Amino acid sequence: MTRKLPALTADNRAFWQGGATGQLQMHHCAACARFFQPPSPICPRCLSLDVGPRPVSGHGKVVTYTVNHQPWRPDLKEPYVIAIVELAEQEGLQFVTNVVGIDPDQVAIDMPVRVRFEQVEDVWIPLFERAA
Amino acid sequence: MIDRIHEKNVAITGIGQSEVRRPSDKSAMRLTLDACLEAIADAGLTRDDIDGISCWPGDNNNGDAFSPVGPNALIGTLGLKVNWYGGGYEGPGPLAGVINGAMAIAAGLCRHVLVFRTITEATRRQTDKGASALTNKTVGRDSSASWQWYTPFNVLSGVNLMAMYAQRHFHEYGTTSEQLAQIALTCRANAALNPKAIYRTPLTMDDYMASRMISTPLRMLDCDVHCDASTAIILSRADAARDLPNPPVRIEAIGAALHQPWSWDQIDLTAMATRDAADMMWSRTDVKPSEVGTAQLYDGFSILTMMWMEALRLCPRGESGRFVEGGRRIALDGTLPVNTNGGQLSGGRTHGLGYVHEACTQLWQRGGARQVAPHQVSVVASGGGPLAGSLLLVRD
Repeated sequence: MTRKLPALTADNRAFWQGGATGQLQMHHCAACARFFQPPSPICPRCLSLDVGPRPVSGHGKVVTYTVNHQPWRPDLKEPYVIAIVELAEQEGLQFVTNVVGIDPDQVAIDMPVRVRFEQVEDVWIPLFERAA
Repeated sequence: MIDRIHEKNVAITGIGQSEVRRPSDKSAMRLTLDACLEAIADAGLTRDDIDGISCWPGDNNNGDAFSPVGPNALIGTLGLKVNWYGGGYEGPGPLAGVINGAMAIAAGLCRHVLVFRTITEATRRQTDKGASALTNKTVGRDSSASWQWYTPFNVLSGVNLMAMYAQRHFHEYGTTSEQLAQIALTCRANAALNPKAIYRTPLTMDDYMASRMISTPLRMLDCDVHCDASTAIILSRADAARDLPNPPVRIEAIGAALHQPWSWDQIDLTAMATRDAADMMWSRTDVKPSEVGTAQLYDGFSILTMMWMEALRLCPRGESGRFVEGGRRIALDGTLPVNTNGGQLSGGRTHGLGYVHEACTQLWQRGGARQVAPHQVSVVASGGGPLAGSLLLVRD
């Protein structure tokens, strides 16, 4: 299934390329000792500039999901699962992703998942699979 | 306390709308002119009275079907001389054109503002079935600050995001597909009484359940119907509205707040930005939700109408499913008539201004077969995800 790739910037590079070393990298504020998403040069909570990427466990849970059945493009392999996953490190630390390697009918809210990267060119897309 | 005065000095004095077709053979500009000239005449004004023009989102994408006509083109086409004009995508949702125009009048920049919204998505869909108004269509990599977080995961339409909100609503509140269906069924019943509506054939619960699943739990019938149309309203300063033919419909209160990131996944997943806008709106008025005569609530996707109902305190949070069940309360003769012209689900995706047009149609008792009981207050709300704006309209 082809994917549109993000344009890489100084701010988002760690998120999209962390998978090169097998690690999901999330932006973290040293002053707040909290993660935030999406990555940016400043902490949206305290406005500290002392921020940067930090590896996380890659474990989380499905907050919500949808099974897409619509063939938006000829090359898509529907049905596929789009989800919002919340990471184990912090409540509300979440982003849109795909849940893969599972029958779409088996996906459920609160299902534990772990990250798995799909490399396309110089981007390592963080996808999630069911955690044992 | 923020000053609550200003929008109260602004009233809607005229409305207009082109044909609503799937597709129309008229040009986007011709549809726009049909709507705008009708609105100007309806307000009892002439072109020379119009000294402001406002549009959301404007022609921000070089004639794209999502908004093929903006203020810049229309100023010349209508030969207007304006003291203020504006258009653009970034703002509190599809009502931003009304909100900006009202602010321009309240600030004393102009007296009569033409607000319009043109859309030709039905024509585009004939050649481009995969088209989505939302996603970044740049060739190559996605550089959008927002969309780059979704397109790599093949989120290619707003429906995928709305579906995730719906799924979460189902999970947290026990909302069901049968309850969601009622929004579509009510809109279709109302559309049957609206000669301009796109879909007017009766719809049953079985029809809904048999309709194609697009993105679980949202089916085809949960999605609005593309059309070609233009809608226009005239905003006038209150003192200039008094001598015009229509009873002024005052903008009693505006809701335009966003107290969360402008994001589709970093916001409240079961209220989105609706509550920010709605809370601001009610804080600017002494009118109460119980006084609302019709609610014209965004139904680009059925779940959004339900979230707006909750945000606007027309029912308790999480209880919109139970509130709409069976459809009696939200019917034309119910306690809270919703989307009286068929909404966007059956009436056509006029995208924002259509709701204002219908609110005024009802307040002025021009609804014909779909006219509800006489009332003085209407609430209009538009948007989904981080897009959210609302208007409380009062006919004195």
